[in-house]
Amino acid sequence: MADHADGIGGLKYDRSKRAWPNEMNIFIALVLIVAVFEALGQILPYMDGQSFLFDTNDRFDTIFNEARLRIIILQVAIIGIISLGVTQVIISGGIDLSSGPLTAATAMIVMSFAQTELVNGNPNPAAVFGPWAMDLPVIVPVIVGLCFGAFIGSINGSLIAFTRIPPFIATLGMFLICRGIAQWWTRGQPVSFPTEGYAWLGSGMMPVIWFVLLAILCHVLLRYTVYGKHTYAIGSNEDAARMSGINVKRHKVMVYMIASMLAAFAAIVLSSKNLTAQSGMGLFYELYAIAMAVIGGVSLQGGRGSIIGTVLGAMVFGVIQSGFTYVKLDAYFQIMAMGFIIISAVVLDQWRQQRAASRS
Amino acid sequence: MSDIILETRDLTKHYGGVHALEGANFVLRNGEHVAIMGDNGAGKSTFVRQITGVEQRTRGEIIFDGKPVNFSGPLDAREAGIEAVFQTLALADHLDVPDNLFLGREKTKFDWLGPFRLLDYKAMREDTLAALEKTGVKIPNIRNTIQNMSGGQRQCVAIARTASFHSKLTIMDEPTAALGVQETAQVENIIRTLKDQGEPLVLISHNMRQVMDLVDRIIVFRRGRIVANLNKNETDGQDVVAYITGAKTQPEYDVEGVA
Repeated sequence: MADHADGIGGLKYDRSKRAWPNEMNIFIALVLIVAVFEALGQILPYMDGQSFLFDTNDRFDTIFNEARLRIIILQVAIIGIISLGVTQVIISGGIDLSSGPLTAATAMIVMSFAQTELVNGNPNPAAVFGPWAMDLPVIVPVIVGLCFGAFIGSINGSLIAFTRIPPFIATLGMFLICRGIAQWWTRGQPVSFPTEGYAWLGSGMMPVIWFVLLAILCHVLLRYTVYGKHTYAIGSNEDAARMSGINVKRHKVMVYMIASMLAAFAAIVLSSKNLTAQSGMGLFYELYAIAMAVIGGVSLQGGRGSIIGTVLGAMVFGVIQSGFTYVKLDAYFQIMAMGFIIISAVVLDQWRQQRAASRS
Repeated sequence: MSDIILETRDLTKHYGGVHALEGANFVLRNGEHVAIMGDNGAGKSTFVRQITGVEQRTRGEIIFDGKPVNFSGPLDAREAGIEAVFQTLALADHLDVPDNLFLGREKTKFDWLGPFRLLDYKAMREDTLAALEKTGVKIPNIRNTIQNMSGGQRQCVAIARTASFHSKLTIMDEPTAALGVQETAQVENIIRTLKDQGEPLVLISHNMRQVMDLVDRIIVFRRGRIVANLNKNETDGQDVVAYITGAKTQPEYDVEGVA
């Protein structure tokens, strides 16, 4: 069959005109952004010639400034995990606004099953439950968290699939419900002092390892399984998907469940990393997760995007954040500039899409 | 009796006071290709919409494959074995040709993984090539997404999809209406392939040459009623036009008040 690779029915297929993968554009953008910060470091007078990327002070064995790179990937890893799920929701033609507050609610609940009984020989001052919930094996809070995520996700998905209310409204409602749950759980008190096993989950570079593992898993799901193919099909043309015999409703519930379980897992890693859970945590995470996906080329109209794109989008997000700090941009301007960058990413992508469409 | 794949008795559809379809008695035998012709608003598409379950009939019976049927929606009809290619295409724009051809019935590996079973891309690509090769469809690269294809290529994919799943009955509603000469030829090739495979077809078309080339029998609709049932060999273009415009009506279909 190899001789058919050049088109069938006698039509020539020009390999040089093969579609340029969208992910390459994002990668190039990432490299350019790093280069711009590197250049700014040399140009701006108050920077004393510091390097953004390279190790100029000989603090590390490698040529790179490892500390900065580490901070960048650690910063994006947890929101990145949420973004992996949000990517799937957006590809299926939906949106999930509830992931940030879900992170907070899950962290609060999970943490109360992960506490130690004694802190420095004294009873845990932040104890939520009695002794029965103390010093449980680490698998217990993890399962509680994933179940809670699956539960919230199935409500999101069922609302959207069966009552046909727009995903924006359904998940906006869930946004408030989850924030409410997070505050009600301990009446606003933080939950602290996890077991050693639980603290390990988010210690050191563990968040990055989880992010990479889950990204690989999600990539395989979307690219190589029936689940992924149907997710793209539903986002691309829901009527066609339904007419093809795909159970669109059940599939949507599944997509939202997976997204919420990923957000719940992010909550586990986050609370473990911080060694505490607070009802206010995860602020703007839902928006940052959407932003990472969108920067990574996921189309809000559905049907288009990839996990590789989202991972690169997360890296762009992290590099820009770190770069702003590096050039000592005022924190207030940083948030504004972030908004500006998200808008430009979408405008650039649409412009590129239109150009590609008019060329073919 | 088993020879008859589709039969309608007194099939009627009223939209409020509009009698879009009135008492249609129609029989389609296995392996037979039948064209439905008629002016705009004659009831052709209405007829098809009742059979495919897109709309619910006002009155009458539909007997498909020997059993009376009552489809609640197009998916029901499809599951029963009626494949329809509508003027509005049902393709996923962001997926490529094999993905669309196998949408909803993917070839898979490791089926014990349930919804997460793996796609067998290689097998699907090979089957796609074989299916397209057989029907003479020209597509530069099957890995291209549908959104990058011409209208004709899309139509060909939609029809190849229908043809490659050995349904019990295929219905095409003006499949070549928006296509160029070459693309029309490709679609007609696919229809011939179906004929060779002995699969029955209902074709709605305005194209007299096409109809005369492709089908065995022509049914003419006028003002919601069937006015003629013509064997292709016993008729010609002028004759058919006479029935379409109302200059003639076959005696057995001559109902009082409609002339």
